[in-house]
Order: sequence, then C-alpha cells, then structure tokens
Amino acid sequence: MRRATTRATVTVLAAATVLALAGCSDSGGKKAEETPGAGGPRLKIAMVTHSGAGDTFWDIVQKGAKAAAAKDNVEFLYSADPDGGKQAQLVQAAIDKRVDGIIVTLAKPDAMKDVLARAAAAKIPVVSINSGATESAALGAIAHFGQDESIAGEAAGAELKKIGAKKALCVIHEQGNVGLEDRCAGARKTFGGQLQNLFVQGTNMPEVKSSITAKLQADKGIDGILTLGAPFAATAVDSVESTGSKAKVGTFDLNKDLIAQITSGAIWFAVDQQPYLQGYGAVDQLWLQKTNGNVLGGGRPVLTGPAIVTKDNAAALEGFANRGTR
Amino acid sequence: MTTPAVAAAPDERLARRSPLRRLLGRPELGALLGAVALFVFFSLAADAFLRTGSFSTVLYASSTFGIMAVGVSLLMIGGEFDLSAGVMVTTSALVTALTAYQLTLNLWVGAAISLAVTLALGLLNGLLCVRTRLPSFIVTLATFFMLAGLNLGVTKAVTGNVASDSVRDMDGFDSARAVFASDLAVGGVTVDVTVLWWLLLVAAATWLLLRTRAGNWIFAVGGAADSARAVGVPVARTKIALFMGVAFCAWLSGMHLVFAFATVQSGEGVGNEFYYIICAVIGGCLLTGGYGSAIGAAVGAFIFGMTNKGIVYAEWNPDWFKFFLGAMLLIATVVNLVVRRRVERSS
Repeated sequence: MRRATTRATVTVLAAATVLALAGCSDSGGKKAEETPGAGGPRLKIAMVTHSGAGDTFWDIVQKGAKAAAAKDNVEFLYSADPDGGKQAQLVQAAIDKRVDGIIVTLAKPDAMKDVLARAAAAKIPVVSINSGATESAALGAIAHFGQDESIAGEAAGAELKKIGAKKALCVIHEQGNVGLEDRCAGARKTFGGQLQNLFVQGTNMPEVKSSITAKLQADKGIDGILTLGAPFAATAVDSVESTGSKAKVGTFDLNKDLIAQITSGAIWFAVDQQPYLQGYGAVDQLWLQKTNGNVLGGGRPVLTGPAIVTKDNAAALEGFANRGTR
Repeated sequence: MTTPAVAAAPDERLARRSPLRRLLGRPELGALLGAVALFVFFSLAADAFLRTGSFSTVLYASSTFGIMAVGVSLLMIGGEFDLSAGVMVTTSALVTALTAYQLTLNLWVGAAISLAVTLALGLLNGLLCVRTRLPSFIVTLATFFMLAGLNLGVTKAVTGNVASDSVRDMDGFDSARAVFASDLAVGGVTVDVTVLWWLLLVAAATWLLLRTRAGNWIFAVGGAADSARAVGVPVARTKIALFMGVAFCAWLSGMHLVFAFATVQSGEGVGNEFYYIICAVIGGCLLTGGYGSAIGAAVGAFIFGMTNKGIVYAEWNPDWFKFFLGAMLLIATVVNLVVRRRVERSS
C-alpha cells in the first residue's frame, strides 16, 4: 500500500516534469527577452583569482564582471584560491570545461605558467587582471587590466605629503604579499618624509587595533598613517582617537563606510584602484575579442587606477559605494 | 579495604608537601616565570613598554585572546579541541549585526539571538563529537569550514556585500558598547572592559575547576574518559557543556567585535583558533588533556599579547616580526618546561 502510494507519487511527478519540459519554447518569449540578442553568441567565461574568502575588493571585481557578463550575454563563472598551486588547478578545471575565455590574476606567476600554456594549446584566450602586469604578456595573456602597485603607492605618498605628514606608518595587513610591499615602497618614493612599515594580522580586527595603538604609543612623532585596505582605515582612526595622537589617516581602496568617514573628515584620502573596472574590463575584452577581434591596451597593461578620493569628490561617489560597486 | 598496617610504606599521595613545593607543582607556575622573564626583557628592550598607556594596550591585546583561551583551555583539559572557535567569534558577531540590522531590532535583541545561536553551535559541536565518537579535531574542522562558508555565504546573500552593514546608529548600540567595548578609567589608567570580562571569566573557570564537582569531572574526562565513565562521571554531558563554554566565550568575543567596530568583515577569524590553543598550551595545558588550568591559559594569553605588542614597542624590523614572535614563545614555553621538569624530579 505504502509502496504503491510512493510509486504513484513518483509517476505523477515524472509526468509533470516531462510536461513542463516539453512545454518550454525554444525561441521567443520571456527567456529571449532576458538574454538579449545584442550580446552575440552565448559565451562562457571563467574568472580564477587568488582571493581569500570574504574580501570586499574581490566582491566588487565580481560585480563588475557580472555587469559586463549580463550585458554581453556571457555565462560568468567565478572561483578563487589564495594558494598558487590550487589556483592553477582551478584554471585547469576551467580549461576542462572548455570555456570560451579565462580571466586570471597573476599574484604567483610561476605557479600559473604551465596551466596558461595549456590554455593556449586549447586555444582559449586569457586576460589577466589585478597583479602581474609585467608577466602578463610573457604568459600569453592578450591584455591586462590592473593597477600598477608602485604607481598607486607613489600617488598615495604624494597625498600623504600633501596633507602635511612628515613621519608616517604603512600598515601591511598580510605579511609577504608583494603587492602590499610595492605600495609601501612606492609611497616611500614620493612621500619625502620617513615611512615605516607595520605588520598587523588582517584577519583579527582587535589585533590590528592594538598593534596600531602600540605603535602610536611607542613613537609619539608619527603624524600620518597609510592603511592598505578599507576596513583597516576605520580601525586606524579608532587607534588615533584612543591614543590622542595627531596622526592623519589615508588608505587604499574604498567602501561605503569609508566614504562617510572621508566626508566627515576622519579619513583624509583614499586611493581607489577601481576593482569594478578590472572585472568589467576583462569580461568585455574577451567578448570584444570573440565578436570583433579587438584588443585593448596595445599590448600594454590597461591601468584601472589610481583614482584619488578626497572630501572634494567623496559625495559624488556615495551612491555607487552604497550599492557596493565602488 | 583492610591493608596490613605493618611495614606498609605511607601512600605518597597522602604525603605532606611543603607549601613551596605545592606551588611549584601548579601548572601555571612555569608560564608565570616565562611571563615575568619576558616582561623584564621588554622593559629593558623597549622604552615605551613601561608606560601605563602601553600596559593597557598589552592587556587589551591579551584579553582578546584570553577570553577565548578560558573556554578553550577548559575544553582541552576535558580532552577535546575546538577548531571552529576562531570563526565562531565572527559568526556570533555577524548574527547580531545581521539580524538586528535586517529586522530593525534593538541590538540587545540581536545579541540575545546571537547568544542562542552560538550556544546551539557549541551544543552541535559537542553532540557531534559525543555521538559519532570521532575525534573532535575532525568534527570541529568540519564545522570550522562550514561556519567560514556560512559567514560569507549568508552575509553576501543578505547584504549583497561581504561585510555587515554598520549598526552604529541603532538602538542599544551605546549601552551595549558600554558593556562589551568601552574604556574604563581605573586610577588614572584606561582599561578596556574586555580585560574585566577576561579576569571575571578566569576567576569563574578557576573556581569551577578547583572547587566544584564539575571541575573534577572535567579533569576526569580529559585524563581517562573510560575510567571516568566507569565511576559514574557523566562524560557526554561534561564534554558537551565544555563545547558550549567555548561557544559562550566566542559570543562574548563576537559582541566585542560588533560593538567595537560596528561593521563585521565576514572573512575574519580564520586562524585565530590556533592562537587560542597556543595560549592554553603556553599556560601549561597538555595537548592530551587531563592537566592544565584557567589561570595558566590567562598567563599564556598575557605572554602572547605581551610578545605581540612588545615587538612593536621595541620597534624591531617588522620583516622579522613572526620570527621574533616564534622565538619569544619558544623561550616562554622552554622556561615553563624546565621549571616543571625540575619540580617533578625533586618531588
């Protein structure tokens, strides 16, 4: 009895499914409206980055990529692993899926070399974003979208100088990250004053706060702080307030809370590398290449930053930051 | 039991030991000596270290590790690990911020919901360990990954971003901040309220361990679970309660995160579980269970906080930071070990 009921249920469900499937229209209707023909043939593009989980920056990159994907009729796939070897495996998985294009970050170029050669062998075009501007062409990428970390650092150093700092801290939230070191080195070049590095554990906010506080207590002469990620800037402001230090805070990257703090004057400037552009540009580049054979940048990296945000232009960006795309 | 009184050597467990020898036998003593040695060292090496403001920063850093180390050390004495402790702090903070913001609730309600959720997670960890009899290392590794994934997945699904929205201007923020994340002026020195919570927890845990029946159960289940069960100790219930103790500490730390920083980054907390275990081990807890103390774990957290910040005060080359950190920890633990060996040999 019981089995009979189950079997009957299964039969009804199966019949319903078959009917539903058979009832689908292959052309026209709402579905055609949702995937506009202007995008050209449906493409599948995979992005593989070295991001850790839950990073605001990579969230914005993905939003840019998804916006371009929606416009270009692209199926967008995202995966990430901070470990170079595992990132290479994810790229291999994308090759195995026979995607139409691959977007990679080259934070660890040597780890990616072999797998990118296999992508070339499979005739899958590759675009690199974010880090790896110098290695991009040699590894066979058709274009690179990113910010030169040294140039961005130089811009930040110039801003620090402009707000009148003489002795500043460069707060590195991930030890051994080449890009972060380059930012500090670039800033040191244009800053003119003394710029010291300070390491903090980026995954532990109370630790970040107490380390910056400790440094400000150890050296009362510090009058500027440069953080390399948006969440750390707000924490640096807390430390400045609790120690009664006169240090002025500037930072890399943006988020909506940061815009509010720039408007209120608690944070002096932000150096934005416009992550949205990196995702958007890379997907669009692959689409352009497929549909019209275009290549952006003329064989050189396309710079997406630095864009400087200060009190003067913060208000104009507020709406964009609130929806999480700046 | 009738033992012939004649010629029987006196039971060594009943032998009287001098108070000094008894003091030396305490698990936390070695760590305490290590802490004193480090304190003297940094006082000499760093000019800024001895200022009162610096000391409160060191205490603050120690307390953020120390609060968790209390729960984790009791659990370790009970013979289990909790690798999900680090991300559970973030989970707890996110639950408060997300529920309060999305449902426009008073933050105290958010905190209460978070307490219930976090304790339930502790219960789940405990039940899974006890029921499956798998090593807690595996079970909590699984929950660690699941929580890390949930933190990101749920936050992104709910807010569209990877961090929670700021709760700074919501009802209850100021009163909750006073409880979980304020500065207090104690005789001209500012002390973070987390330091008080930390000391309170250590006192409560020490009383529990040394003065109550439950304390005996904790040592018993960690030392020899089967024998403990044979003499009627509720092994399963004790272990589950210990996991929930860790969860409670995670909730307290999570509340500090929310009310100190107003937004919570969903990717935070990964890796901190090891620091908590390290604090407990420096403080004399054995990795195999059955031995240790809450005071020891507190001293361990103090050593960790002091080393962490002392290197900054000493203004050593930051490229070498982790090397110095490791070397200092090694010194502290070796002092600990040498003291304990010497005591064991002489007794």
